[in-house]
Amino acid sequence: MDYNEKMENVSILGAAGKMGSGIVLLTIVEMADLSLKAENKSKTYVLNAVDISQKALSGLMKYINAQVVKIAEKKIVQLRKIYEDRADLIENSDIINEYVMDVMNILRPVTTLESTYESNLIFEAASENPDLKVKLFSQINQNSTKKPWFLTNTSSIPIHELDAKANLEGRIIGFHFYNPPAVQKLVEIINAKTTVADLSEFALMYAKNLRKVVVPSNDFAGFIGNGHFMRDAIYGMDQAVKLAKDIPFVEAVYMINKVTQDFMVRPMGIFQLIDYVGVDVCQYIMKVMNPHVKDEEIHHNLLDMYIDMGVRGGQNSDGSQKDGFLKYEKGKVTAIYNPEVKEYVAIDTFAAACDDRLGKLASSHITWKSAVSNQKTRLDVLRTYFNELKEMNTVGAALAVNYLKRSKEIGLKLVADNVALNTDDVNTVLLTGFFHAYGPVNDFI
Amino acid sequence: MVGGYNTISLGTGRKEFNPKKERPGLLEYIQEAGRGTLAKIGGAAVVDESVISNFMAARYNNQGHLAGFIPAIDEGLKFKPVVRVEAACGSGGLGLATSIKTVLAGSAEVVLALGVEVQNTVKAVYGADILAGAGYFKERKTGHAHFFPGKFSDRAGIYYAKYGREKTRKAMAVWFKNAIENARLDPTAQEHHNTSASPEAVASVEPNAKSFLEHITVFDCSKVSDGAAAIAIVSEEGLKRTGIALKDAVEIVGLGQAEYDITAPPEDMTALETTAVAVKKAIDMAGITIDDLATVECHDCFSIAGIMATEAIGFAKPGEGPDFVLAGNTSRTGKVPFNTTGGLCGWGHPVGATGIHQAVTIWMQLTGHAGNSQIKINEDRPYALSVNMGGDDKTVIAIVYKKC
Repeated sequence: MDYNEKMENVSILGAAGKMGSGIVLLTIVEMADLSLKAENKSKTYVLNAVDISQKALSGLMKYINAQVVKIAEKKIVQLRKIYEDRADLIENSDIINEYVMDVMNILRPVTTLESTYESNLIFEAASENPDLKVKLFSQINQNSTKKPWFLTNTSSIPIHELDAKANLEGRIIGFHFYNPPAVQKLVEIINAKTTVADLSEFALMYAKNLRKVVVPSNDFAGFIGNGHFMRDAIYGMDQAVKLAKDIPFVEAVYMINKVTQDFMVRPMGIFQLIDYVGVDVCQYIMKVMNPHVKDEEIHHNLLDMYIDMGVRGGQNSDGSQKDGFLKYEKGKVTAIYNPEVKEYVAIDTFAAACDDRLGKLASSHITWKSAVSNQKTRLDVLRTYFNELKEMNTVGAALAVNYLKRSKEIGLKLVADNVALNTDDVNTVLLTGFFHAYGPVNDFI
Repeated sequence: MVGGYNTISLGTGRKEFNPKKERPGLLEYIQEAGRGTLAKIGGAAVVDESVISNFMAARYNNQGHLAGFIPAIDEGLKFKPVVRVEAACGSGGLGLATSIKTVLAGSAEVVLALGVEVQNTVKAVYGADILAGAGYFKERKTGHAHFFPGKFSDRAGIYYAKYGREKTRKAMAVWFKNAIENARLDPTAQEHHNTSASPEAVASVEPNAKSFLEHITVFDCSKVSDGAAAIAIVSEEGLKRTGIALKDAVEIVGLGQAEYDITAPPEDMTALETTAVAVKKAIDMAGITIDDLATVECHDCFSIAGIMATEAIGFAKPGEGPDFVLAGNTSRTGKVPFNTTGGLCGWGHPVGATGIHQAVTIWMQLTGHAGNSQIKINEDRPYALSVNMGGDDKTVIAIVYKKC
């Protein structure tokens, strides 16, 4: 396997999407840095950014340009060394401009698949739709002259299934970035039983060069990340439905969201996380996972109901949050959707009563932000907090403790089901990919 | 010398600084400082001429021809002569020297000296290109991305090797601590809002060549600043015209200027030779010794430059500057307090304004107008010294002042 040769011609499918654009950025910078090595000066590096939308590709070009400028500014010390032979590049601004041009020179935004037929590597970040993925892979595979390797960013579809249906003879691997790929340190690498050894080796090297934290996941639908998240979300929705037997539904959603964020010291509440990922995306991932999971139902009626009502969540192209279970103003949650009347109800009108019902936070409570910013004391502080939480006799504490138990149970099941190799890997995914302050498999509870 | 005025030094560290929001520009700073001084000296009518000091507005602000901004301060300055001077970071000092000489030449009784720089228009990585203009451009290609910090990192590395790394690094951290402690007392200082419990510990981190430089850290560097300062240089006749009492003026008793070949490297990387020459000229002209100095404003564009200045001035032997600083001599309660409002590392370094700001600080200290920053000036040591350096010890202007 010649890493460098493989990286000379790469195609990224779904390049202008949320995940695709980040993958383009990481990959193109890696390719540019290879191209600037003395031994590679004579080679031409090509990255085809493939997407169906011209408009989105136009946005992608702007995004990549702006991000590469920032990257160049940050690594100016190294760049001056890289361009030290260029007598015409003197000032930092000369060097930054040249580097940006060298990077952009690799990028080919295209809307058709033909250019991919010459690529050695195909990164796929299209919609989470197995049929679409299989169709794209098959077409490229049949027309390509290169016997390309396929790296799919699927977060849920079993790799062996894609391999078999597209007839790729093991030239496929799961390479699951977390959102946003340019920032998130975690990738899950999923080898199908058939995945060729060279490709596995390449994937590891590529992840290493991108300075990613790799967690291997076995080839079971949902892998580790969604394996935990989807079950965790289902539990959260179930709890809200249960509470809503006695109180208005919006209040139940508010309470569960608050328990999962504040009481459980997580970066965001479960309903906000569902909105962040997209109500529609969550529904889709569950649909993909469910047939592969024998002993439980990976599905929730609430998601179907919201999608039917046109409530989808997800993000706008500028990264701002669209409304879903919750309504957002300047990134803050201001209201909660009431499906009975199909409108949002302002939080102010019921938050105080709900907070009273949940009870006060423990005196030793810390925010997620302060927990993760003090890595040295993090676990001790959390232990103290959870010990106090367990002793508390409030509705909020009880909900949180049960939720923590369920989260741990899910983590252990992923190991028992052989999705994850061990509990450390499960914890790494939640700590790194979901920015949790502690792993779900812990001895706090 | 009368009527000193400093604007705030705006940049990272100030609570009101937000790089994404619109900020005052050249005109606003020039007007604020100019009007501040005019209000203290009796208005524009008393001014005969002005000198404006600035380094690189042509690049930071796409603005040349700064002399034309002086009449924008006040209608009363219209049609009066203005000179714009530039000597990189020594521009302010050169403005003072030019003003002093204008008064000495007898062509003016009152000269308004004003310095300004607005640097936060570009990110630091591009600011480094602009500041590199203070050196020889033919060296830019082989120089560090952060060109001037690179120059002083090289000096620091050689200094460490010759005189000892540990004590020098410790003294650099103490230099930072003194700068922050002094800046906290001056509401115009860039580090005025600094709340660090232990600045010395903050500055004790190890340099990282990968991300910045081999021998110095960001805490060893002066600030990137927007700001202006102004002061009036007056003859005895001019002082009468302003109506200001003698106790509110300081006398300029020594001026030393020296220039070094910008295309040539320093003969000794561990010494500020040009600074030593300029200081000696000023001290000799004043007819005093350095033991007569109550306070010094030195050009600590980098902490190592501050330490080397203690040697160039003569307070410490070569290699003993760190010991002098570590013994507490330069702190605000020490033998000779240095940079009593924070200096370039603490107050800030709006390049073309720095030399004027130094003079304003000394004027405030010697006339008792320094507010919370005020140090005690003993009757038997009524003198002060400012040292303003352009580039890597290329243009140096030293001035000795006396309490009236």
